[in-house]
Amino acid sequence: MLVAVIVSTALLATEYKSPPRLDSLRATLSFFVDPLKYLVDLPTVLVEQTADSISSYRTLKKENERLREEQLEHQARLLKFAALENENIRLHALLENSYKLGEQVLVAELLSVNMAPYEHIVVVNKGTRFGVHPQQPVLDANGVVGQVFRALPFTSEIMLITDPNHAIPVQVNRNGLLTIAVGSGQPNRLVLPFLPGNADIRPGDLLITSGLGGTFPQGYPVAVVDEFTSQPNKAFATITATPKALLDRNRELMIVWSDSTPVPLIAKPTTNNEETNTHADK
Amino acid sequence: MQTNNAAGFFRIVLTMVLAMCLRILPWTGDMAALNPDWVLLVLIYWSLAVPERVGIFHAWTFGLLTDVLTGRLLGQYALAYSLIIYLCLKLHKQLRQFPLLQQGLFIFFCLLLSQLLLFFIKNLQHPAQLHAAFWLPVFTGTLVWPLVYGALRYVRLSRRMR
Repeated sequence: MLVAVIVSTALLATEYKSPPRLDSLRATLSFFVDPLKYLVDLPTVLVEQTADSISSYRTLKKENERLREEQLEHQARLLKFAALENENIRLHALLENSYKLGEQVLVAELLSVNMAPYEHIVVVNKGTRFGVHPQQPVLDANGVVGQVFRALPFTSEIMLITDPNHAIPVQVNRNGLLTIAVGSGQPNRLVLPFLPGNADIRPGDLLITSGLGGTFPQGYPVAVVDEFTSQPNKAFATITATPKALLDRNRELMIVWSDSTPVPLIAKPTTNNEETNTHADK
Repeated sequence: MQTNNAAGFFRIVLTMVLAMCLRILPWTGDMAALNPDWVLLVLIYWSLAVPERVGIFHAWTFGLLTDVLTGRLLGQYALAYSLIIYLCLKLHKQLRQFPLLQQGLFIFFCLLLSQLLLFFIKNLQHPAQLHAAFWLPVFTGTLVWPLVYGALRYVRLSRRMR
Protein backbone atom coordinates (compact mmCIF):
# COMPACT_ATOMS: atom_id res chain seq x y z
CA MET A 1 0.00 0.00 0.00
CA LEU A 2 2.63 2.46 1.10
CA VAL A 3 4.73 1.53 -1.91
CA ALA A 4 1.84 2.24 -4.28
CA VAL A 5 1.19 5.62 -2.70
CA ILE A 6 4.85 6.59 -2.75
CA VAL A 7 5.38 5.50 -6.34
CA SER A 8 2.29 7.26 -7.63
CA THR A 9 3.09 10.43 -5.74
CA ALA A 10 6.60 10.30 -7.14
CA LEU A 11 5.17 9.90 -10.65
CA LEU A 12 2.79 12.78 -10.10
CA ALA A 13 5.55 15.00 -8.80
CA THR A 14 7.90 14.17 -11.66
CA GLU A 15 5.34 14.83 -14.32
CA TYR A 16 4.13 17.95 -12.59
CA LYS A 17 7.62 19.42 -12.43
CA SER A 18 8.99 18.29 -15.77
CA PRO A 19 6.40 16.74 -18.10
CA PRO A 20 8.72 15.47 -20.86
CA ARG A 21 10.61 13.18 -18.51
CA LEU A 22 7.84 10.58 -18.39
CA ASP A 23 7.01 10.67 -22.09
CA SER A 24 8.73 7.37 -22.80
CA LEU A 25 6.84 5.62 -20.01
CA ARG A 26 3.60 7.04 -21.30
CA ALA A 27 4.44 5.94 -24.81
CA THR A 28 5.19 2.41 -23.64
CA LEU A 29 1.97 2.17 -21.67
CA SER A 30 0.03 3.57 -24.57
CA PHE A 31 0.92 0.43 -26.55
CA PHE A 32 -1.48 -1.42 -24.25
CA VAL A 33 -4.10 1.26 -24.14
CA ASP A 34 -4.25 2.68 -27.65
CA PRO A 35 -5.88 -0.43 -29.15
CA LEU A 36 -8.82 0.28 -26.84
CA LYS A 37 -9.31 3.66 -28.44
CA TYR A 38 -9.44 2.04 -31.87
CA LEU A 39 -11.80 -0.61 -30.50
CA VAL A 40 -14.22 1.97 -29.13
CA ASP A 41 -14.02 3.85 -32.41
CA LEU A 42 -14.80 0.71 -34.41
CA PRO A 43 -18.63 0.93 -34.38
CA THR A 44 -18.52 4.45 -35.81
CA VAL A 45 -16.19 3.37 -38.57
CA LEU A 46 -18.37 0.38 -39.38
CA VAL A 47 -21.52 2.48 -39.55
CA GLU A 48 -19.77 4.94 -41.82
CA GLN A 49 -18.46 2.23 -44.10
CA THR A 50 -21.79 0.47 -44.42
CA ALA A 51 -23.44 3.80 -45.10
CA ASP A 52 -20.89 4.33 -47.86
CA SER A 53 -21.33 0.92 -49.34
CA ILE A 54 -25.13 0.98 -49.42
CA SER A 55 -25.54 4.51 -50.69
CA SER A 56 -26.99 4.35 -54.16
CA TYR A 57 -25.20 4.85 -57.42
CA ARG A 58 -27.14 8.03 -58.09
CA THR A 59 -26.18 9.77 -54.85
CA LEU A 60 -22.58 8.80 -55.39
CA LYS A 61 -22.64 10.15 -58.89
CA LYS A 62 -24.25 13.37 -57.75
CA GLU A 63 -21.68 13.78 -55.02
CA ASN A 64 -18.90 13.04 -57.47
CA GLU A 65 -20.18 15.70 -59.85
CA ARG A 66 -20.48 18.24 -57.10
CA LEU A 67 -16.98 17.50 -55.87
CA ARG A 68 -15.59 17.81 -59.36
CA GLU A 69 -17.20 21.20 -59.82
CA GLU A 70 -15.89 22.31 -56.48
CA GLN A 71 -12.43 21.11 -57.35
CA LEU A 72 -12.48 23.00 -60.64
CA GLU A 73 -13.51 26.14 -58.86
CA HIS A 74 -10.79 25.75 -56.26
CA GLN A 75 -8.21 25.05 -58.91
CA ALA A 76 -9.10 28.24 -60.72
CA ARG A 77 -8.88 30.18 -57.49
CA LEU A 78 -5.55 28.58 -56.65
CA LEU A 79 -4.10 29.72 -59.97
CA LYS A 80 -4.79 33.26 -58.93
CA PHE A 81 -3.46 32.60 -55.46
CA ALA A 82 -0.16 31.31 -56.81
CA ALA A 83 0.37 34.60 -58.60
CA LEU A 84 -0.70 36.55 -55.53
CA GLU A 85 1.59 34.58 -53.31
CA ASN A 86 4.56 35.27 -55.52
CA GLU A 87 3.72 38.91 -55.59
CA ASN A 88 3.37 38.91 -51.82
CA ILE A 89 6.75 37.27 -51.40
CA ARG A 90 8.32 39.85 -53.69
CA LEU A 91 6.72 42.69 -51.78
CA HIS A 92 7.80 41.21 -48.45
CA ALA A 93 11.28 40.88 -49.81
CA LEU A 94 11.25 44.53 -50.81
CA LEU A 95 10.27 45.40 -47.27
CA GLU A 96 13.04 43.11 -46.02
CA ASN A 97 10.50 41.05 -44.10
CA SER A 98 10.76 37.34 -43.71
CA TYR A 99 7.76 35.45 -44.94
CA LYS A 100 6.78 31.98 -43.94
CA LEU A 101 5.63 29.63 -46.62
CA GLY A 102 5.47 26.01 -47.46
CA GLU A 103 3.26 24.12 -45.10
CA GLN A 104 3.04 20.39 -45.16
CA VAL A 105 -0.15 18.69 -44.16
CA LEU A 106 -1.04 15.26 -42.81
CA VAL A 107 -4.67 14.19 -42.86
CA ALA A 108 -5.67 12.51 -39.63
CA GLU A 109 -8.96 11.00 -38.69
CA LEU A 110 -10.77 11.63 -35.47
CA LEU A 111 -11.32 8.66 -33.18
CA SER A 112 -14.69 8.98 -31.54
CA VAL A 113 -13.65 8.51 -27.94
CA ASN A 114 -14.30 10.77 -25.03
CA MET A 115 -11.30 11.13 -22.76
CA ALA A 116 -12.67 13.38 -20.09
CA PRO A 117 -15.63 15.68 -19.80
CA TYR A 118 -15.07 19.46 -19.46
CA GLU A 119 -11.92 19.23 -21.51
CA HIS A 120 -12.07 19.85 -25.20
CA ILE A 121 -9.53 17.28 -26.17
CA VAL A 122 -9.99 14.92 -29.08
CA VAL A 123 -7.98 11.92 -30.23
CA VAL A 124 -6.80 11.35 -33.78
CA ASN A 125 -5.38 8.25 -35.38
CA LYS A 126 -1.92 9.60 -36.23
CA GLY A 127 0.90 9.73 -33.74
CA THR A 128 4.64 9.98 -33.43
CA ARG A 129 4.96 7.14 -35.93
CA PHE A 130 3.89 9.69 -38.52
CA GLY A 131 6.17 12.35 -37.12
CA VAL A 132 3.49 14.19 -35.21
CA HIS A 133 4.87 16.19 -32.32
CA PRO A 134 3.33 18.36 -29.60
CA GLN A 135 2.29 21.92 -30.36
CA GLN A 136 1.66 21.33 -34.01
CA PRO A 137 -1.28 23.33 -35.33
CA VAL A 138 -4.32 21.39 -36.47
CA LEU A 139 -6.74 22.68 -39.10
CA ASP A 140 -9.79 21.56 -40.94
CA ALA A 141 -11.16 22.79 -44.26
CA ASN A 142 -12.72 25.87 -42.66
CA GLY A 143 -10.24 27.05 -40.10
CA VAL A 144 -8.07 26.37 -37.10
CA VAL A 145 -9.14 23.45 -34.93
CA GLY A 146 -6.50 23.39 -32.23
CA GLN A 147 -3.04 22.12 -31.52
CA VAL A 148 -1.44 18.77 -30.80
CA PHE A 149 -1.34 18.48 -27.06
CA ARG A 150 0.34 15.15 -26.63
CA ALA A 151 1.65 12.74 -29.24
CA LEU A 152 1.68 9.01 -28.50
CA PRO A 153 3.01 6.39 -30.93
CA PHE A 154 -0.30 5.56 -32.58
CA THR A 155 -2.63 8.30 -31.51
CA SER A 156 -2.32 11.88 -30.50
CA GLU A 157 -4.40 14.15 -28.35
CA ILE A 158 -5.52 17.46 -29.78
CA MET A 159 -6.61 20.37 -27.66
CA LEU A 160 -9.38 22.30 -29.36
CA ILE A 161 -9.33 26.08 -29.42
CA THR A 162 -12.49 26.08 -27.30
CA ASP A 163 -10.76 24.38 -24.35
CA PRO A 164 -10.67 26.70 -21.34
CA ASN A 165 -6.91 26.18 -21.09
CA HIS A 166 -6.25 27.16 -24.68
CA ALA A 167 -5.43 30.59 -26.02
CA ILE A 168 -4.59 31.53 -29.58
CA PRO A 169 -3.07 34.80 -30.80
CA VAL A 170 -5.38 36.30 -33.40
CA GLN A 171 -5.74 39.37 -35.56
CA VAL A 172 -8.84 41.07 -36.88
CA ASN A 173 -8.70 40.58 -40.62
CA ARG A 174 -10.30 43.94 -41.37
CA ASN A 175 -7.80 46.17 -39.61
CA GLY A 176 -5.00 44.02 -38.20
CA LEU A 177 -5.95 44.54 -34.56
CA LEU A 178 -4.00 42.03 -32.48
CA THR A 179 -5.46 40.16 -29.55
CA ILE A 180 -5.79 36.73 -27.99
CA ALA A 181 -8.77 34.41 -28.28
CA VAL A 182 -9.31 32.17 -25.28
CA GLY A 183 -11.43 29.04 -25.20
CA SER A 184 -14.62 29.35 -23.23
CA GLY A 185 -15.17 25.72 -22.28
CA GLN A 186 -18.44 25.75 -24.17
CA PRO A 187 -18.56 24.08 -27.55
CA ASN A 188 -18.33 26.53 -30.42
CA ARG A 189 -17.52 29.64 -28.50
CA LEU A 190 -14.37 31.68 -27.99
CA VAL A 191 -13.96 34.77 -25.87
CA LEU A 192 -11.67 37.76 -26.43
CA PRO A 193 -11.07 39.03 -22.91
CA PHE A 194 -8.23 41.47 -23.55
CA LEU A 195 -9.76 44.20 -25.66
CA PRO A 196 -10.75 47.61 -24.25
CA GLY A 197 -14.25 48.96 -24.65
CA ASN A 198 -13.28 51.29 -27.47
CA ALA A 199 -11.57 48.66 -29.62
CA ASP A 200 -12.34 48.74 -33.31
CA ILE A 201 -14.08 45.42 -33.63
CA ARG A 202 -17.64 44.60 -34.61
CA PRO A 203 -19.84 41.57 -35.03
CA GLY A 204 -19.08 39.77 -38.27
CA ASP A 205 -15.35 40.49 -38.19
CA LEU A 206 -13.16 37.59 -39.22
CA LEU A 207 -10.35 36.68 -36.84
CA ILE A 208 -7.26 35.12 -38.39
CA THR A 209 -4.15 33.72 -36.77
CA SER A 210 -1.56 36.41 -36.28
CA GLY A 211 1.44 34.11 -36.32
CA LEU A 212 2.73 35.54 -33.07
CA GLY A 213 3.81 33.00 -30.53
CA GLY A 214 5.12 30.77 -33.28
CA THR A 215 2.73 27.86 -32.85
CA PHE A 216 0.18 28.73 -35.49
CA PRO A 217 1.17 29.85 -38.96
CA GLN A 218 -0.10 33.25 -39.93
CA GLY A 219 -3.27 33.92 -41.84
CA TYR A 220 -5.61 31.02 -41.15
CA PRO A 221 -9.20 31.86 -40.27
CA VAL A 222 -10.06 31.17 -36.64
CA ALA A 223 -13.44 32.59 -35.79
CA VAL A 224 -16.09 35.18 -36.53
CA VAL A 225 -16.99 37.77 -33.92
CA ASP A 226 -20.64 37.49 -33.03
CA GLU A 227 -21.12 39.70 -30.02
CA PHE A 228 -19.50 42.85 -28.75
CA THR A 229 -20.70 44.48 -25.58
CA SER A 230 -18.78 47.05 -23.59
CA GLN A 231 -19.84 48.13 -20.15
CA PRO A 232 -18.73 51.58 -19.06
CA ASN A 233 -17.75 50.37 -15.62
CA LYS A 234 -15.39 47.67 -16.84
CA ALA A 235 -11.95 48.05 -18.32
CA PHE A 236 -12.38 45.32 -20.92
CA ALA A 237 -15.19 44.61 -23.32
CA THR A 238 -16.84 41.20 -23.43
CA ILE A 239 -16.52 39.80 -26.90
CA THR A 240 -17.49 36.34 -28.05
CA ALA A 241 -16.71 34.64 -31.32
CA THR A 242 -17.74 31.46 -33.09
CA PRO A 243 -14.97 29.26 -34.49
CA LYS A 244 -14.90 28.82 -38.24
CA ALA A 245 -13.85 25.20 -38.03
CA LEU A 246 -16.57 22.61 -37.54
CA LEU A 247 -15.16 21.51 -34.22
CA ASP A 248 -17.76 18.93 -33.33
CA ARG A 249 -18.74 17.69 -36.75
CA ASN A 250 -15.66 17.06 -38.80
CA ARG A 251 -13.96 13.70 -38.75
CA GLU A 252 -11.01 14.63 -40.91
CA LEU A 253 -8.42 16.99 -39.57
CA MET A 254 -5.15 18.26 -40.96
CA ILE A 255 -2.00 18.33 -38.89
CA VAL A 256 0.33 21.00 -40.21
CA TRP A 257 4.08 21.23 -40.37
CA SER A 258 4.91 24.81 -41.03
CA ASP A 259 8.22 25.41 -42.69
CA SER A 260 9.66 28.18 -40.59
CA THR A 261 12.71 28.99 -42.66
CA PRO A 262 12.26 32.48 -44.04
CA VAL A 263 12.30 33.17 -47.73
CA PRO A 264 15.71 34.24 -48.98
CA LEU A 265 15.57 37.95 -49.35
CA ILE A 266 16.71 39.77 -52.43
CA ALA A 267 20.46 39.95 -52.10
CA LYS A 268 20.39 43.57 -51.20
CA PRO A 269 24.10 44.29 -50.60
CA THR A 270 25.21 42.95 -53.97
CA THR A 271 22.54 44.83 -55.88
CA ASN A 272 23.48 47.91 -53.96
CA ASN A 273 27.08 47.44 -54.92
CA GLU A 274 26.18 46.93 -58.53
CA GLU A 275 24.00 49.98 -58.46
CA THR A 276 26.69 52.04 -56.88
CA ASN A 277 29.13 50.63 -59.38
CA THR A 278 26.92 51.54 -62.27
CA HIS A 279 26.39 54.93 -60.72
CA ALA A 280 30.09 55.29 -60.32
CA ASP A 281 30.59 54.24 -63.91
CA LYS A 282 28.24 56.90 -64.99
CA MET B 1 -10.12 -22.88 -8.18
CA GLN B 2 -6.49 -23.46 -8.90
CA THR B 3 -7.24 -25.49 -11.98
CA ASN B 4 -8.76 -22.55 -13.80
CA ASN B 5 -6.55 -19.90 -12.31
CA ALA B 6 -5.42 -18.58 -15.65
CA ALA B 7 -8.95 -18.56 -17.01
CA GLY B 8 -10.17 -16.64 -13.97
CA PHE B 9 -7.43 -14.10 -14.34
CA PHE B 10 -8.24 -13.80 -18.01
CA ARG B 11 -11.84 -12.98 -17.13
CA ILE B 12 -10.82 -10.32 -14.68
CA VAL B 13 -8.59 -8.69 -17.25
CA LEU B 14 -11.32 -8.94 -19.88
CA THR B 15 -13.87 -7.19 -17.67
CA MET B 16 -11.29 -4.54 -16.86
CA VAL B 17 -10.68 -3.96 -20.55
CA LEU B 18 -14.41 -3.67 -21.09
CA ALA B 19 -14.64 -1.16 -18.26
CA MET B 20 -11.85 0.89 -19.81
CA CYS B 21 -13.70 0.88 -23.11
CA LEU B 22 -16.83 2.10 -21.36
CA ARG B 23 -14.75 4.80 -19.74
CA ILE B 24 -13.90 6.41 -23.07
CA LEU B 25 -17.20 5.74 -24.82
CA PRO B 26 -18.17 8.79 -26.86
CA TRP B 27 -21.27 9.98 -25.07
CA THR B 28 -22.86 12.92 -26.77
CA GLY B 29 -22.95 16.32 -25.15
CA ASP B 30 -24.10 16.48 -21.57
CA MET B 31 -24.23 12.72 -21.22
CA ALA B 32 -20.43 12.70 -21.04
CA ALA B 33 -20.58 14.33 -17.62
CA LEU B 34 -22.64 11.42 -16.33
CA ASN B 35 -20.23 8.68 -17.39
CA PRO B 36 -19.31 6.91 -14.16
CA ASP B 37 -15.87 5.60 -13.31
CA TRP B 38 -16.40 2.09 -14.64
CA VAL B 39 -12.82 0.99 -14.05
CA LEU B 40 -13.03 1.73 -10.35
CA LEU B 41 -16.42 0.02 -10.00
CA VAL B 42 -15.16 -3.16 -11.62
CA LEU B 43 -11.98 -3.05 -9.55
CA ILE B 44 -14.01 -2.68 -6.36
CA TYR B 45 -16.17 -5.63 -7.30
CA TRP B 46 -13.22 -7.91 -7.94
CA SER B 47 -11.40 -6.80 -4.81
CA LEU B 48 -14.49 -7.64 -2.74
CA ALA B 49 -15.24 -10.89 -4.51
CA VAL B 50 -11.76 -12.36 -4.93
CA PRO B 51 -9.49 -10.36 -2.61
CA GLU B 52 -6.82 -13.03 -2.86
CA ARG B 53 -6.54 -12.38 -6.55
CA VAL B 54 -6.99 -8.64 -7.03
CA GLY B 55 -4.75 -6.54 -4.86
CA ILE B 56 -3.33 -3.09 -4.65
CA PHE B 57 -0.78 -3.85 -7.32
CA HIS B 58 -3.51 -4.58 -9.86
CA ALA B 59 -5.39 -1.48 -8.81
CA TRP B 60 -2.25 0.57 -9.24
CA THR B 61 -1.46 -0.91 -12.66
CA PHE B 62 -4.96 -0.37 -14.00
CA GLY B 63 -4.95 3.10 -12.51
CA LEU B 64 -1.78 3.91 -14.38
CA LEU B 65 -3.27 2.54 -17.60
CA THR B 66 -6.37 4.67 -17.04
CA ASP B 67 -4.12 7.68 -16.61
CA VAL B 68 -2.61 7.04 -20.01
CA LEU B 69 -5.99 6.25 -21.51
CA THR B 70 -7.61 9.46 -20.41
CA GLY B 71 -4.51 11.60 -20.80
CA ARG B 72 -4.20 12.66 -17.17
CA LEU B 73 -1.11 13.41 -15.17
CA LEU B 74 0.54 10.02 -14.72
CA GLY B 75 -0.19 8.54 -11.32
CA GLN B 76 -3.35 10.25 -10.22
CA TYR B 77 -5.77 7.44 -10.99
CA ALA B 78 -3.12 5.00 -9.81
CA LEU B 79 -3.02 6.76 -6.46
CA ALA B 80 -6.79 7.02 -6.09
CA TYR B 81 -7.47 3.43 -7.14
CA SER B 82 -4.82 1.88 -4.94
CA LEU B 83 -6.07 3.84 -1.91
CA ILE B 84 -9.64 2.75 -2.45
CA ILE B 85 -8.80 -0.85 -3.17
CA TYR B 86 -6.77 -0.82 0.04
CA LEU B 87 -9.90 0.23 1.92
CA CYS B 88 -11.97 -2.41 0.15
CA LEU B 89 -9.49 -5.16 0.99
CA LYS B 90 -9.43 -4.10 4.63
CA LEU B 91 -13.20 -4.13 4.87
CA HIS B 92 -14.15 -6.86 2.43
CA LYS B 93 -15.33 -9.29 5.09
CA GLN B 94 -17.85 -6.87 6.54
CA LEU B 95 -18.83 -5.53 3.16
CA ARG B 96 -19.80 -8.94 1.86
CA GLN B 97 -22.32 -9.27 4.70
CA PHE B 98 -23.90 -5.90 4.03
CA PRO B 99 -27.24 -5.62 2.26
CA LEU B 100 -27.14 -3.94 -1.12
CA LEU B 101 -28.26 -0.58 0.23
CA GLN B 102 -25.46 -0.35 2.76
CA GLN B 103 -23.00 -1.58 0.19
CA GLY B 104 -24.25 1.15 -2.11
CA LEU B 105 -23.51 3.70 0.57
CA PHE B 106 -19.98 2.39 0.89
CA ILE B 107 -19.50 2.53 -2.88
CA PHE B 108 -20.79 6.07 -2.85
CA PHE B 109 -18.14 7.08 -0.35
CA CYS B 110 -15.44 5.23 -2.28
CA LEU B 111 -16.32 7.06 -5.48
CA LEU B 112 -16.53 10.34 -3.59
CA LEU B 113 -13.10 9.79 -2.09
CA SER B 114 -11.61 8.98 -5.48
CA GLN B 115 -13.21 12.04 -7.06
CA LEU B 116 -11.99 14.19 -4.18
CA LEU B 117 -8.44 13.00 -4.72
CA LEU B 118 -8.67 13.70 -8.44
CA PHE B 119 -10.13 17.12 -7.67
CA PHE B 120 -7.27 17.85 -5.31
CA ILE B 121 -4.64 16.85 -7.88
CA LYS B 122 -6.39 18.79 -10.61
CA ASN B 123 -6.43 21.85 -8.42
CA LEU B 124 -2.71 21.51 -7.80
CA GLN B 125 -2.11 21.34 -11.53
CA HIS B 126 -4.00 24.50 -12.32
CA PRO B 127 -6.65 26.03 -10.11
CA ALA B 128 -9.55 25.14 -12.32
CA GLN B 129 -13.06 26.42 -12.28
CA LEU B 130 -15.02 23.20 -12.28
CA HIS B 131 -18.67 22.62 -12.86
CA ALA B 132 -20.82 21.19 -10.13
CA ALA B 133 -21.28 18.44 -12.72
CA PHE B 134 -17.78 17.25 -11.85
CA TRP B 135 -19.38 15.35 -8.95
CA LEU B 136 -22.13 13.75 -11.01
CA PRO B 137 -20.17 10.55 -11.84
CA VAL B 138 -20.19 9.77 -8.12
CA PHE B 139 -23.99 9.56 -8.12
CA THR B 140 -24.34 7.76 -11.43
CA GLY B 141 -21.60 5.38 -10.32
CA THR B 142 -23.58 4.50 -7.21
CA LEU B 143 -26.70 4.02 -9.30
CA VAL B 144 -25.04 1.63 -11.74
CA TRP B 145 -23.32 -0.33 -8.96
CA PRO B 146 -26.12 -2.95 -8.66
CA LEU B 147 -25.84 -3.45 -12.41
CA VAL B 148 -22.08 -3.92 -12.27
CA TYR B 149 -22.46 -6.14 -9.25
CA GLY B 150 -25.02 -8.37 -10.95
CA ALA B 151 -23.16 -8.60 -14.23
CA LEU B 152 -19.79 -9.40 -12.68
CA ARG B 153 -21.34 -11.86 -10.27
CA TYR B 154 -22.79 -13.64 -13.25
CA VAL B 155 -19.38 -13.67 -14.93
CA ARG B 156 -17.69 -14.98 -11.79
CA LEU B 157 -20.21 -17.70 -11.03
CA SER B 158 -20.47 -18.92 -14.61
CA ARG B 159 -16.74 -19.49 -14.43
CA ARG B 160 -17.04 -21.58 -11.33
CA MET B 161 -19.71 -23.76 -12.88
CA ARG B 162 -17.45 -24.95 -15.65
